[in-house]
Amino acid sequence: MTEITPQPGPRLRVLILGGTSGIAEATARLYAAEGADILLVGRDRTKLDTIAADLGVRGAGRAEVAISDLAAPADAAAELSGFAATLGGVDHILVAYGILGDQAEAARDAAAAERIMTVNFNSAAAWCLAAANLLESQGRGSLVVLGSVAGDRGRRQNFVYGAAKAGLAALVEGIAHRFAATGPRAVLVKPGPTITAMTAGMTRKGLLWAKPEAVAAVVRRAADKGGPVVYAPWFWRFIMLIIRFLPASIFNRLDI
Amino acid sequence: MVFAPTSEWTSWGRVNRAPHHVARPTWRQDIPAVVAEGRQRFPSLLPVGLRRSYGDSVLNPAGAVIDMTGVDRMIAFDPATGVLRADAGLSFDALLRALVPRGFFLPVTPGTRFVTLGGAVANDVHGKNHHGAGTIGCWVRRLGLLRSDGREHDLGPDDETGLFAATIGGLGLTGIITWVELSLMPITSTMMDVETIAFDDLDGFFALAEASEQAFDYTVAWVDCLAGGARTGRGLFTRGRHAAAGPLEAGKAGGPTIPMDFPGFALNGLSIRAFNALYAWNGRRTAGNSIQHYQPFFYPLDAIGQWNRMYGQRGMFQYQSVVPPDAARDATAAMLRAIASAGEGSFLAVLKTFGDRPSPGMLSFPSPGTTLALDFPNRGDGTLALLARLDAIVREAGGKLYPAKDGRIPRDMFRAGYPGWERFASHVDPLMSSMFWNRVGP
Repeated sequence: MTEITPQPGPRLRVLILGGTSGIAEATARLYAAEGADILLVGRDRTKLDTIAADLGVRGAGRAEVAISDLAAPADAAAELSGFAATLGGVDHILVAYGILGDQAEAARDAAAAERIMTVNFNSAAAWCLAAANLLESQGRGSLVVLGSVAGDRGRRQNFVYGAAKAGLAALVEGIAHRFAATGPRAVLVKPGPTITAMTAGMTRKGLLWAKPEAVAAVVRRAADKGGPVVYAPWFWRFIMLIIRFLPASIFNRLDI
Repeated sequence: MVFAPTSEWTSWGRVNRAPHHVARPTWRQDIPAVVAEGRQRFPSLLPVGLRRSYGDSVLNPAGAVIDMTGVDRMIAFDPATGVLRADAGLSFDALLRALVPRGFFLPVTPGTRFVTLGGAVANDVHGKNHHGAGTIGCWVRRLGLLRSDGREHDLGPDDETGLFAATIGGLGLTGIITWVELSLMPITSTMMDVETIAFDDLDGFFALAEASEQAFDYTVAWVDCLAGGARTGRGLFTRGRHAAAGPLEAGKAGGPTIPMDFPGFALNGLSIRAFNALYAWNGRRTAGNSIQHYQPFFYPLDAIGQWNRMYGQRGMFQYQSVVPPDAARDATAAMLRAIASAGEGSFLAVLKTFGDRPSPGMLSFPSPGTTLALDFPNRGDGTLALLARLDAIVREAGGKLYPAKDGRIPRDMFRAGYPGWERFASHVDPLMSSMFWNRVGP
């Protein structure tokens, strides 16, 4: 057994957009155990405060909250620098909010479809672009964004959500490309189905459902190393490889 | 749709399986709404945690269950006093991970760290330090209890209504424990000074227990329940205490998980005999003094995830009794003889003496005397017949069985063992019930 070594140097400063998401909370617990300073952003102060108190007991150096409607940023760049200032600078930025929406409703109701696209793509893109500029200006840091395996191929079940996540994937890959020769990094994590509040209404049985802790471990690692696209858990990389290369003549006959 | 139907729902022993309706709230403030919906849709509800209970006290197929494991946040911790307040669904595992590095340990812990705070209180769990520390209920400063009428009570040992006493060890039947405030114990090292001594018979066990309990915080013995004749009651006695100096490092996550049920033939007389021999040999090999991390000392079985699957599809019974001091020696010997002659065998037989520190709990299991815990693979009628013989010995000795381990205790034996049950019943929430309570309650 080795002795616990205190974090060398200054504590990691972590900004989490969408602090009440199940994957975000599980990831924040990993950061807390490392003694990081954490700022949680979201709309629900009660829930954010509840999580922040827990992170404090779990070992976070600081755990604070900021209230913002992330889906409708007025000026993402300005707000983001405000968050960074609260933390005294930022090392890791996690973009974790999103909504699954209802595909059937989105097919009927243009407003519902727009809501899914606005939350999961338009607003997320604004935050990512602002984060990219912030990280580039400081020459270091990580941007980790939650995508979805649903973005890899449109399926009748959830293609509006999938399309928004696919757009976000292209955006984050582009940021990673832009960062390639410089200091910061950008990573898109694509979780498969995860047992969180987002999927509460679904039948969550079977081997492919992951616990948020398992996905969080991938998210945390992605901030430090790995390619611009990371699947969580890892086996989705291979499943989606097959799904993406299925010819439409076969794919369209499958009920998946 | 807060309550979802699930086909596979079982307790740790896996003997009883039934489809259940399950709600899994994630926020403490959502629980009242869950109860309100449950009240509309089901005749009864039952809060459950990580379901390490072996029998039917965590099952409620006639109604619905509220899985509290998603409500698992710490609310406040004061390092000056060691007092932690946390959601009821927080696991001991998460608690230790957060607070061991800061020099705090559970005042009382059972043999698994995969229990929730609420579940630990609802079963008034005990550990290897019962002779000094009593049960977990002795360390609860306050708790939140949500009754099905929508009222949340803030209860402590000063409660005069009896609701606090009924809730400690109350098996989730008095309402939903929403949060718990617990006094933790300061430690200066995560290592344990441990001594293991072989004994040849039950007299050897009692002598060691008597000699050890003053100087050692933790004592427990393993008994080879296949040894008969003059060797009846032979085993290994382990005593330990927290080391005074050393690192403060929380244990690692679990090890491998048993991926599927073992086939029925994997557990037979021969394999149990081999396991017992191996365990005894290993114990003798390591007998003497050692220094080890708290994790293998307290939680040896947690190293193998889902070890209950070793017992196959039909599951297992655990049988844990306590008998008063005067009858302890004879009753324990009689139980071991009954097991040896039945040839049923138990993988692990754990023997320990309880101290006389009273629990605040009305339905608390530990009481002064000797406790014996046994695992039996479920082989149907033969196993049940042996358990009935053990029942007779325990009753004759004036003892009782542990509801957390039980799935079959006869109603009259439960009532004889827990004379406070009627007083307890008056505190049971009108909406709460379980398979266990349907069996033994009014």
